[in-house]
Amino acid sequence: MIKRFLDLEWKQFTRSASFGKSVALKIVMAFFALYFVAMFLIVGIAMYPLLKKVFPESDPFVMFNGFIFFWILGDLVVRFFFQKLPVMSVKPLLTLPIKRSKVVNFVLGKSALSFFNFLPLFAIVPFGITLILKDYNVSVVLVWMLTIVLITLINNFLNFIIEGLSAKTELSFLPIILFAGSLFALNHFKIINIAEALSHGIQAISNNPLLLIVPMLILAGLYLYNFKILREKLFLDSSLKTKAEAVNASSFEWTKKFGDIAPFMQLDLKLLWRNKRPKSAVWMVFFGLLYGLFFYPNPMYQDKEFLFAFVGIFVTGIFLINFGQFIPAWDSGYYKMLMSQNIKYKQYLKSKYTLMTLSVIILFVLSIPYVYFGWKILLAHFAAAIYNIGVNTYVILLGGSFNRKKIDLSQRAAFNFQGTGAVQWIIGLPLMLLPMGIFAIFNFAFNFEIGILVLILLGVIGIVFHQKIMKFITNRYLASKYKMIDAFDQDN
Amino acid sequence: MITTTNLTKKYNANQVLNIQSLEIPKGQSFGLVGNNGAGKTTYFSLLLDLIQPTTGYIKNNDIQVNLSEDWKPFTASFIDESFLIGYLTAEEYFYFIGELRGQNKADVDALVATFEDFFHGEILGQKKYLRDLSKGNQKKAGIVAALIGNPEVIILDEPFANLDPTTQIKLKQIVKDLAQEQGVTVLISSHDLMHITDVCERIVVLEKGEVVKDIVTSQATLKELEAHFAGTEII
Repeated sequence: MIKRFLDLEWKQFTRSASFGKSVALKIVMAFFALYFVAMFLIVGIAMYPLLKKVFPESDPFVMFNGFIFFWILGDLVVRFFFQKLPVMSVKPLLTLPIKRSKVVNFVLGKSALSFFNFLPLFAIVPFGITLILKDYNVSVVLVWMLTIVLITLINNFLNFIIEGLSAKTELSFLPIILFAGSLFALNHFKIINIAEALSHGIQAISNNPLLLIVPMLILAGLYLYNFKILREKLFLDSSLKTKAEAVNASSFEWTKKFGDIAPFMQLDLKLLWRNKRPKSAVWMVFFGLLYGLFFYPNPMYQDKEFLFAFVGIFVTGIFLINFGQFIPAWDSGYYKMLMSQNIKYKQYLKSKYTLMTLSVIILFVLSIPYVYFGWKILLAHFAAAIYNIGVNTYVILLGGSFNRKKIDLSQRAAFNFQGTGAVQWIIGLPLMLLPMGIFAIFNFAFNFEIGILVLILLGVIGIVFHQKIMKFITNRYLASKYKMIDAFDQDN
Repeated sequence: MITTTNLTKKYNANQVLNIQSLEIPKGQSFGLVGNNGAGKTTYFSLLLDLIQPTTGYIKNNDIQVNLSEDWKPFTASFIDESFLIGYLTAEEYFYFIGELRGQNKADVDALVATFEDFFHGEILGQKKYLRDLSKGNQKKAGIVAALIGNPEVIILDEPFANLDPTTQIKLKQIVKDLAQEQGVTVLISSHDLMHITDVCERIVVLEKGEVVKDIVTSQATLKELEAHFAGTEII
């Protein structure tokens, strides 16, 4: 049966309309994966000598265990944003003679094979081998390694529970931040010394293999809880009964100022407010606005001016990147209708452009308080905003004409929590790194002002040639119209 | 009104549609019947420029549909639920379509009010998004939306499927009125031979993408069609 499931998944992957794009993304992701594998290997190999050198008096093994708490927290946060429960289209399977528990076990089992669970091994195994070479007790080290694997799996299943719970809330990333943050705070302010307790616990398990039963029980408990919530989702009516939400009847009359694109802007705004997935793109904006606080208060970054450009693009462009990369897939559900209606592509695209431009302007205004950290930052943000309007909006619209993946706004797929994972961020990277690179080169070769000027200039050129560029983009969309209609008609 | 010339559609080597010539005059109620895979939806999709013809072309009021978009203002259609915008209420959807067709809210309200009977009190003022309506009610909303803005050509793919008997009868009356009294060209496909002979002045039978019958509807039409599809035709 498992072989059948795997076969189905393989077919779903290779036969989907966005196959080419998926393969390209998988290759990019493979490079990222290799990078992280290398990093973990280096950490695993260098950890023992490094700890020995920095803390000659302490036992590296004990020191390492002291870090595990922080690793768990970091791992949870990273998993939350990048790891998603494997999606499987279960509806067709429900009426077939397949036990529901089998489907759930398959999905959960598959998640255990995630890259995230193998990554720690690349650090743990070399570190363990070093320990054995340094005359630590072999059985202690082996039990310790097993414990770490168990903890990884606990994280794996804990993450899905957190994701499942937070998918129901509007600010989906708030619970994880609160959870990890409060644990960290409890530890940091010595209210409860979790890190040390955990470290002692792991030591105890390593010395007494019988105690392995504790992490095993936790793991089993989490697995069963996951099993329970997923099984509940596996009934047709659990997705059907999603009660009709109260209608939110704002009519966005103010968009009338934008003339012939007003109906589309109203539609886009309703799209944003009434659907869970695009709504999370809106909430991400607040997260993005605070992103600068990671860098600017830190004196270490004070003279790294190229970072200002990067943060500026990110802060003023987060909505643009999050929303823009799914144009026109947001409308994929009714794309056929739009194409047979009395509309011009030009208006349709212009509405999206206007929406993104407005978001950049609003976000720039909201980011003005960053001037507290220096006028250079404000200037960099301004240049980044102009660049976003004049270059990135077009790039992302153009990229949209290659979009072949349908988005199911109604979110009825049983296992669909948030939809996208790491892929979403990888697409955004060139949009942020390119301007940062341009700025860095001119900043380095000349000075800060020239770098800013170049960014602004690029943006202004884009704005001046707006009509021409939009015409080009419109033609691209027209050229791929039939392909898009065909792809959006498919379910996977 | 609608002229089809040398139209073929092939997927790889597989020919799914081949219509040498088909002329639909203005104000005709035109019915398309055929078994699954006969090419009904393919023809409608070509007419709406949703897919590309392999050869030939369709002209809608002398505008070649795959070259110009100027046929859109006077052509309306409802093919399937993917024509609906799930996160709008029925009213909002009507207003949106209305705006695309140059109708203000009052115009749309006036038109929609005439269909109150058809809606059976289950569409308007429901405070429900379209995605939360039942399949049948979604279809009703989609069909009425296709009537907004006084289109001259209306294309409905399988409008009778999923509707309850009462609504089917009402819909038949609506379609008849459109063609006979308002001079609208209505194109309908259906698997229900009885309904389509009731409604349409002319019926074309497609088989494996080709026109095999082109009948002006009369008393004998239903019998003729039933015989054809039962395979008991006297040659």
